[in-house]
Amino acid sequence: MTASPIELVPTADDRRIARYAAAAIALSVVEAAIPMPLPGVKPGLANIITLVVLVRYGWRDAVWVTLLRVVAGSLLIGQFLAPGFFLSLTGALASLVALGLAIHLPARWFGPVSQSLAAAFAHIAGQLIVARLWLVPHDGLLYLVPFFALAALLFGLANGLAAAKLLDSDNLTKAPLGHH
Amino acid sequence: MRPGDWATLLLCAALVAALAPIAFSGGAAEKAVVRRDGVVVAELPLTQARRIEVQGALGISVIEVQPGRARVAADPGPRQYCVRQGWLSQPNAVAICAPNHLSLTIAGRASSHDSLAY
Repeated sequence: MTASPIELVPTADDRRIARYAAAAIALSVVEAAIPMPLPGVKPGLANIITLVVLVRYGWRDAVWVTLLRVVAGSLLIGQFLAPGFFLSLTGALASLVALGLAIHLPARWFGPVSQSLAAAFAHIAGQLIVARLWLVPHDGLLYLVPFFALAALLFGLANGLAAAKLLDSDNLTKAPLGHH
Repeated sequence: MRPGDWATLLLCAALVAALAPIAFSGGAAEKAVVRRDGVVVAELPLTQARRIEVQGALGISVIEVQPGRARVAADPGPRQYCVRQGWLSQPNAVAICAPNHLSLTIAGRASSHDSLAY
């Protein structure tokens, strides 16, 4: 083996994104093993990572972590380029757009829970549109909308609370000693 | 949870509550479809009881609809297969009155797949 003339030097940014993406991928693989009553409904635990990255490092990093998670996660569970992959990708893109907007809400009043709920609803909306147009071109799919919406509400809230908890502990460690 | 988060949560819960009736609207989109020579001649929602008469190649067939199901009540065909099939309630169930060139199909629900594998 000759040494490659091209050398990629990962920056600190790359390493940080890779670390968070790895955590998100692990969560999405774990979650693939959890049985769900309705196909397509998932807790979206990996979104906790997206939310944390969004608040800590901004939207650009959240996009990187999310897209890496969708691609690598689908490779790991054997879904790459399968219908489920495109549903995940559309959901992820829709929720990233929602997060991009939600991050501009005044932070004094709106925290990770709001962002998580916005992302969760954007996620199902994007998925349902793609599913209706492409995978199940039938209005019967609309019967499932209330169940997807309920799942988005519950999991959006749960993930938002989890992210808020993680970010709270951030503030604790940053706070001066003896302050708490 | 910040104040706005409660507002967002309430808004989302209201959205879910607004969508909930769709889940219970039952047969709104479900219907019995009657075809002659493959051409749709009648679409009857499976929400209210009705009887209609359809002119076929041999004569008149009677289609009866009750909430959630439909059948061919009478048919001029010699062997009466579509009549003896009885009530149809499953999506995509079909009764074919071949001599009279008519068919009755249940259409409209999402279960157009036997199974889905993920």
